[in-house]
Amino acid sequence: MEEFHRMPCRTEPGRGSIKTGGTGLKNRAAYFGVFTALALIFSYVESLIPIYFGVPGIKLGLANLLIVIFLYKRNAKEALLLSIVRIVLAGFMFANLFSILYSLAGGILSLAVMAFLKKRGTFSVIGVSIAGGVCHNLGQLLVAMLAVETYQVGYYLPVLLNAGIVTGMLIGIVAAEVLKRLKNITF
Amino acid sequence: MKKNDWILIILVAAVAGIFLAVLLLRPEEAVRQVEISVDGELYGRYDLNEDQEISINKTNKVQISEGTAKMTWAECPDQICVHHKEISRTGESIICLPNKIVVSIIGGDATDGGISPDAVSN
Repeated sequence: MEEFHRMPCRTEPGRGSIKTGGTGLKNRAAYFGVFTALALIFSYVESLIPIYFGVPGIKLGLANLLIVIFLYKRNAKEALLLSIVRIVLAGFMFANLFSILYSLAGGILSLAVMAFLKKRGTFSVIGVSIAGGVCHNLGQLLVAMLAVETYQVGYYLPVLLNAGIVTGMLIGIVAAEVLKRLKNITF
Repeated sequence: MKKNDWILIILVAAVAGIFLAVLLLRPEEAVRQVEISVDGELYGRYDLNEDQEISINKTNKVQISEGTAKMTWAECPDQICVHHKEISRTGESIICLPNKIVVSIIGGDATDGGISPDAVSN
């Protein structure tokens, strides 16, 4: 890894300094690849665990751990790109075209809210992650309402809100711990 | 965790709680029926107290027994609606997203709707 950081950056000679590393396009692309791969693995692991709570749409969202970490270590734009790439690839591999639409709605809304709250700085990583989890569910519910042209989602809403809190909190706690340990690593 | 985080949790949980309380405290109607719609259009209404099995467009099967409705079969790969718990309260619904089918419980008598179910019920 040390050697990797020392690699000269040819694409952005002005900015990517050899000693600090991390800001060059090469490093960014490499880390983006690592995170995409990790997110896909997490998606796969999650697809292996079928948990049914009687209500569809509830899952831990392990891959969102990577999105939260990336949001804090990089920026909102790249986290959004990671989220979209992850959803499309995982969707084609482990699910279907239909679920991609739902995931995209949830993922984009969730990331927009997380980026906004992170910028405001009034919440910790856990709070931001909780908001993300809740909004992920809300986004999916909205698309579901549009898709089936019904407003009969009353019973789903409270369950999905609470599920968003729980999953968002779990992801947030882990993300906060990981970020604490990644403090000295810039990428 | 910051104080704001807790406020956020309490706020969202409160909203969920209010929604749930409104739904659960609503007086239950004595006579209920099962309404099935496909792609936003009414497919048929069925008496919740009459045990029957309804097949919808050869893609899904709904079973009504002992006052509850349940999706027993679906041809889609994800099977989310099949794993959905059975429904019996007014307003509860099972949604099959790939086939755009909504099975919901509504109040009222099946005969006063004026719409005869055009499905084959057996």
